[in-house]
Amino acid sequence: MPEQISKETVVKVSRLARLSLSPDQAEKMTSQLAGMLEHFRDIDALDLSDVEPMTQPYPLKNVMRQDVEAKSLDRQEVLDQAPAAESGRFRVPPTIGFDV
Amino acid sequence: MQKLVEIVAGVTNGSFTASAVVEEHLGRIKARESEIHAFNLVTADQARETAAKIDDDVKAGKKVGALAGVPIALKDNMCTRGVETTCSSKILQGWKPPYDATVVTKLRQAGAVVVGKTNLDEFAMGSSTENSAFGPTKNPLDISRVPGGSSGGSAAAVSAGFAAASLGSDTGGSIRQPAALCGVVGVKPTYGTVSRYGLVAFASSLDQIGPFTSDVRDAATLLEVISGHDPMDSTSIPQSAPSLVSVLEHGVKGMRIGRVTDLPEGCEPDVLARLEAAFDALRKAGATIVDVKLPSLQYCLTAYYLIAPAEASSNLARYDGVRYGNRVEATDLNAMYAATREAGFGEEVKRRIMLGTYALSAGYYDAYYGKALKVRRLISDDFARAYKDVDTILTPTSPSTAFKFGSKTDNPLAMYLCDVFTIPTNLAGHPAMSVPFGVGADSMPVGIQVLATTMGEQAMFKVAAELERAS
Repeated sequence: MPEQISKETVVKVSRLARLSLSPDQAEKMTSQLAGMLEHFRDIDALDLSDVEPMTQPYPLKNVMRQDVEAKSLDRQEVLDQAPAAESGRFRVPPTIGFDV
Repeated sequence: MQKLVEIVAGVTNGSFTASAVVEEHLGRIKARESEIHAFNLVTADQARETAAKIDDDVKAGKKVGALAGVPIALKDNMCTRGVETTCSSKILQGWKPPYDATVVTKLRQAGAVVVGKTNLDEFAMGSSTENSAFGPTKNPLDISRVPGGSSGGSAAAVSAGFAAASLGSDTGGSIRQPAALCGVVGVKPTYGTVSRYGLVAFASSLDQIGPFTSDVRDAATLLEVISGHDPMDSTSIPQSAPSLVSVLEHGVKGMRIGRVTDLPEGCEPDVLARLEAAFDALRKAGATIVDVKLPSLQYCLTAYYLIAPAEASSNLARYDGVRYGNRVEATDLNAMYAATREAGFGEEVKRRIMLGTYALSAGYYDAYYGKALKVRRLISDDFARAYKDVDTILTPTSPSTAFKFGSKTDNPLAMYLCDVFTIPTNLAGHPAMSVPFGVGADSMPVGIQVLATTMGEQAMFKVAAELERAS
């Protein structure tokens, strides 16, 4: 298993997760995650090379519905619950022209 | 307090009205809800309207549903059209879903009366309701203790008589553990039995909706109503669910009950004593107790706490302040996302998003998430071997009875250990239920967990019914 998690990694992961952690929060998160990951080392000793990963408990494949028109959600009812909407659409702040 | 089946019978044959039943429950809510906090929202007016409509139907001689007049509480992570659904999170506070979850539709069609939305650990992440953004729920049997979680409000609502039954969701024990701690019956059905459409997702390969009731017959009755294939949930099992009420009197003669010889350590002795008493009761009723080994069970906590947060980090990416919920305004899109999520999510939710994002990120995926999925297979294989020799397996539901507030909040791992006996079921996708079976050293209820294999609900309910008769 990888090295102990560093504060730098935690800050990087928080950016990936779109969470802005304060330096204090990042510090606390680093120690808590390190504690958990330490506990999770118990599976390191297992030989899993021939084991098939299990992603779903009940194997169903290609679940399709009939290609027929069905009722969908009412657009206005959906937009009424959005933080900001305009002309039948969700409104968001500028997406380009800033450092992302 | 009246059982669900007694309410249905009385309302249907006109011996009493649904309105009277609802008033009785609203009265108990009024008397005790301020100290218990089982609900995020009590929908008293709507409940009265629904009950009056059922009474009109009965008077007019119209056919009423299988749950006619039953006051039911819903965990506040199930969508109710036009009625606030928060997941006990600030990020969704005020959100009114534009649709009903399939279970809600089924309940309404069956004549159930929804009395409110119950409190939970934020986004169902926790084992005590202490992670709710709106404050914890108290255990109605001792308000200095937690009701368990994450469906603590739903368990407390039934335990306190606020509702005849409730629905919860179970990702790693969130129905069974609070049921055990509050002294009620709680069922986590086979994955895919009950539609997840309209259940706010936590970990999609583990989540399953199920009932809380005051006895086994009520649980079987309610589960029959909410089960069944739903085209709106692509993981829904495309076959009809088995009849459950019909098997309750079958007894356990000739059944083989598994005793796990390598059960993970850490269970309190008074809880283990009740487990032994449960084996004795089943033996007396004619069952055979068979030793089984589940060697991979010791790794279940690791597998679960990598898989569930990984799925959660993906599912909770949708809370971005764009389509629903709350937004913190900022100059550009990415800053808005981060500010919204920082302000909207509580500490435990952030911790799990971080853990899951890390476990899925480049360079760590194989070491953590990939490995956890393989361990999940080992656990599933262990169960498959065991179920060749037994019909059901018995374990404690929770390692201890209800604990005091604050006793585990500083140590996430200690809290995670509450789920050590319930998690394996979710990883395997199997059914399991908790049945009250006596009390521990502190006079608080102990729950015994009955486990079965995929679609093994009939065997599970037979054993649960026998334990109830013996308790």
